[in-house]
Amino acid sequence: MTENLLQIDNLFIELPAGSERQYAVQDLSLELAPGETLCVVGESGSGKSLTARAVMGLLPAPHVRVSDGQINFNGEDVTMATYDRLRDIRGSEISMIFQEPMTALNPVMSIGSQIDEIFRYHVSMSRSKRLERAIELLRDVNLPNPDQIMNAYPHELSGGQRQRSMIAMALALKPQILIADEPTTALDVTTQAQILKLIRDMQTASNTGVLFITHDFGVVADIADRVVVMQHGLVVESGTVNQVLNLPQHPYTQALISAVPSLMPRKARSRSEKTVLQVRGLNKTFGGGKSFFGLGKPNREVRAVKNVELDLHKGETLGVVGESGSGKSTLARCIIRLMDTDSGEIRIDGNEINSLSRAEMRPWRNKIQMVFQDPFASLNPRVRVGDIIAQGPVTLGIEKDEAIKRARELISIVGLDTRAFDRFPHEFSGGQRQRIGIARSLALKPEILIADEPVSALDVSIQAQILELLDEIRDQMNLSMLFITHDLRVAAQVCDRLAVMRYGEIVETGATAELFANPQHSYSRDLLAAVPGKEWKAGSKPKSAKSKRKSA
Amino acid sequence: MTQSTKIIRYVSRRVFQGVPIIIAIIVINFFLLNLAEGDAVDVLAGEAGSATPEYMAQLRAKFGLDQPLPVQLLVYLKNVLALDLGYSFRHDMPVSDLIFDRFFATGLLMTCTILLAVGFGVLLGLLAAMQLNTWKDAVITVFALITYATPLFWVGLMMIVVFSLKLGWLPTSGMENVAAFYEGWDRAKDIAVHLILPTITLSLFYLALYTRMMRASMLEQYGQDYVVTARAKGLTERRITFVHVLRNALLPVVTMAGVQVGALIGGSVIVESVFAWPGLGMLAFESLFARDLNLLLGIFMLSSILVIVVNLIVDIIYCFLDPRIEVS
Amino acid sequence: MSTFWQRYRRNKSAVFGLAVILIVIIMAVTANFLYPFDPFRLAGKPLSGPGMNGFLLGSDSLGRDVAAGIVHGAKTSLLIGLIATLVAVLIGIVFGAFSGYYGGRLDDFLMRVTEIFQTIPSFIFAILLVAIMKPSIVSIVIAIAVVSWPGVARLVRGEFLALKSREFVQACHTLGMSDLRIMLREILPNCMSPIIVIGSLMVATAILIESGLAFLGLGDPNIMSWGFQIGAGRTMLRSAWWVCTFPGVAILITVLAINLVGEGLNDALNPRLRERI
Repeated sequence: MTENLLQIDNLFIELPAGSERQYAVQDLSLELAPGETLCVVGESGSGKSLTARAVMGLLPAPHVRVSDGQINFNGEDVTMATYDRLRDIRGSEISMIFQEPMTALNPVMSIGSQIDEIFRYHVSMSRSKRLERAIELLRDVNLPNPDQIMNAYPHELSGGQRQRSMIAMALALKPQILIADEPTTALDVTTQAQILKLIRDMQTASNTGVLFITHDFGVVADIADRVVVMQHGLVVESGTVNQVLNLPQHPYTQALISAVPSLMPRKARSRSEKTVLQVRGLNKTFGGGKSFFGLGKPNREVRAVKNVELDLHKGETLGVVGESGSGKSTLARCIIRLMDTDSGEIRIDGNEINSLSRAEMRPWRNKIQMVFQDPFASLNPRVRVGDIIAQGPVTLGIEKDEAIKRARELISIVGLDTRAFDRFPHEFSGGQRQRIGIARSLALKPEILIADEPVSALDVSIQAQILELLDEIRDQMNLSMLFITHDLRVAAQVCDRLAVMRYGEIVETGATAELFANPQHSYSRDLLAAVPGKEWKAGSKPKSAKSKRKSA
Repeated sequence: MTQSTKIIRYVSRRVFQGVPIIIAIIVINFFLLNLAEGDAVDVLAGEAGSATPEYMAQLRAKFGLDQPLPVQLLVYLKNVLALDLGYSFRHDMPVSDLIFDRFFATGLLMTCTILLAVGFGVLLGLLAAMQLNTWKDAVITVFALITYATPLFWVGLMMIVVFSLKLGWLPTSGMENVAAFYEGWDRAKDIAVHLILPTITLSLFYLALYTRMMRASMLEQYGQDYVVTARAKGLTERRITFVHVLRNALLPVVTMAGVQVGALIGGSVIVESVFAWPGLGMLAFESLFARDLNLLLGIFMLSSILVIVVNLIVDIIYCFLDPRIEVS
Repeated sequence: MSTFWQRYRRNKSAVFGLAVILIVIIMAVTANFLYPFDPFRLAGKPLSGPGMNGFLLGSDSLGRDVAAGIVHGAKTSLLIGLIATLVAVLIGIVFGAFSGYYGGRLDDFLMRVTEIFQTIPSFIFAILLVAIMKPSIVSIVIAIAVVSWPGVARLVRGEFLALKSREFVQACHTLGMSDLRIMLREILPNCMSPIIVIGSLMVATAILIESGLAFLGLGDPNIMSWGFQIGAGRTMLRSAWWVCTFPGVAILITVLAINLVGEGLNDALNPRLRERI
């Protein structure tokens, strides 16, 4: 009992009156031992982040508060601690890292002074000693040029570097507990893999207890010793990583885990030899404009798309995978002529469309359509759902009555109630909105559909449904699809072939199964190796995280 | 690129950006001058009582007013750049001389006002945000709301009624007691006493503005993620407020201070005319009544340039507060 | 609409402001009924104190009724405030919309023009314009509109800039919709809330500018206004404080009420919540 660093008993966190539910967290109990990693898993709104904040006494007072229960840290109930005692604990005995290191760091203070503060407010050290320690810390988290980073401001660092700085800050006084609130969600997979490894290494070195909040079962498989699954503020299941991932008991956990796309690529379907979309030598550069009066340095040129060549065959799904900044979304927008390119050809059924003006492009709009990423931003909040869907056909000159009839059909095809027709987008959930977006793109009966990260803004259970819908529609309408994604798991389940992009270039193209089994380019190998939980497949038994670490 | 070269580049770019604006203002000035009914010769003729058409044509030729408009514009541009703003027939003096004579009084008033308004505005806003939803916050908020809605000239008149006429504490008008022939330190003290009411009057509106902005800005910054980080690091609330939040909250207030300089100059016309403060605003008021358009335009141009200069200074201050300035 | 009113009602001071404005509007509308004579008319004994000689709020040095002036002045203030704001908002929307939507050189040019108008000290510019055009209702409205639009233009530009890269606008492009239609039907309705808020606050500023102009003697000489009353009474400050005081209170209360309504609108239309809807 006393060996637990942290023991939470029957915790209730109350939300302000008038909220959707009375308690954000209800009757939660969990414990964390030294050197252990406990993952708290749940979808958005499950109360996992508030649990983490409660441990630090950082609930957004006075509206949200602990109304019952205990949080024992080394036997001391922190919900009862005085403000001064809490302040002592924070940052020195328990520390925390956050999801978005850009906003979590003060934008107008240098990294060095933000680390220095921790020493100044918790221990007495001389100035030079503090400086020395800070540089040492930055070196420990593998940041290059620690001396320079000391004087750098957050906006001058990359996302990964910022998160490393945050970790350096959090570990400055060798805390007994590290709380990590989705620390890798905002990062690319390769960076995520590095950060996870860093957290693990630091933990082993100083036997820290890590409370890790995440929604990603892949990450859980990689890092957890034990797991707590939360839904709507309740703990639905807890146990060792093995038990929870491989023998989930609660239906919710089972549903969540089965919704995680498998890394086993789907069987490729027989492909038609007919090419519907052909891209040749496509280039797109951003910036590079002249600066004012020649003063200041000229704008930085970014070559977002470099010499891209693509062939999309009739009826197939071609995935374009890459990390943020790889140019995959820009490529999609160039192909559908939302952006003008510098050079290159785009052919639909053999007809060049890249040189067409906007007016000349109009008749081609019903050949190629797009589904967007953010279901909240992709629908005009001021327009009724029916009009959103009917807009396209009406713009292209189809009779209003005909367009409305088609819109009603489409609403039921994408699995929504036809009563949705007269309602506004804000009355729908994220998944439902994405269905509306899909209906809009289908209203013009396109042959080619470009899907730009269509599921990355959705919770994992919704994700599976939308992918299924896309699959059905593709078969039903014999669509050819260009599928942009950063998620290799999703790509494995959806795409027949893959193109891997980095820095605007396609580095490798191949059938999904082949590429997964035998990646040729080193970057493809890195990407695949970085996928969290790659050793875990739902249903099989992974080695426990501990033993894995020892073997590594 | 180091921070200091960044700042130098940024500032020099801002200086160059100011040039076309100044030229544009001169051009606007020129067209306004042409828009007005009658030209300088008509005014002169009016002064003299009567003039023959031949004499007027002769005068027009002498002033170049018979030239085509673009030529006149070029001449005007050249003159302005040489600091020749025309002639005030009313005062029988070059406009530029008149303006420079009055510049000190306005400069003094403006400087004191800005210091008072920004200083106390930031202080009150900070206090209100730190004591959120207490009686202090309520008092400050109501005070700011009311002063924000009060016309400057009316405040000035009410101040005169209360502090000069009823209580007799402060002088009603002017910049100094000329009849007393004070020298040195006594004179400075005399000017200071005269300065109190105009400064308070002019600063009240901006004081309210900065108070409201500062309060809102502090509250917004308190809601940012980095504040949670700072708490999670175990810093004291004092440190969080005065080091983390304050510096970020000041940024929009500093920007606003630059933007509002133009309005402040406009306000000084009213305040100076209420208190008979012998500055540019008073001069503008007098020229308005004397229909001395040349002089009015000169004041307008100079105050525009003043705004650009003050904005530049504000930009430089901003550079030191915010490391995120972009060069391109 | 009903949810809007529910949210607006939560801000008590905004409801108070609305009530005050309604009273001022009623006062302006019924001016000819309350004081059915020319407010410039010499109505009785000069410099009567409030309540004396049948003057509710006293009379000025020429024997004009201060209360009558205030009631008739309400008409002037509201009318000029509203019309000038409307004109300024329209100019601002056109500038801001084209600037934000098309970007590039057009944006550079339009924003440079806006910057010039923002740099010029607006009140002095207004004085100049009115002085050159000769004081009249029209010239005052034009002057106020000319100095007030840049704020709207910047706001609208910012909104258009943000909204044009939103995915719903891109979707309209992929459907082949025309630029004008996208600007008017898709983007503009989504930035109406902040425009309404800034517009309501601009009415207050316009009333302040108008009173300032009238105080300096640049009001329409045929129309009674609060600023004119104060300007006319300032020489009598020592002996007849009421001539200046009451019109000033009228300005203060009206402007305060409009500001409160503006804040209430801001809360009710909540631009921050809007992001996610």
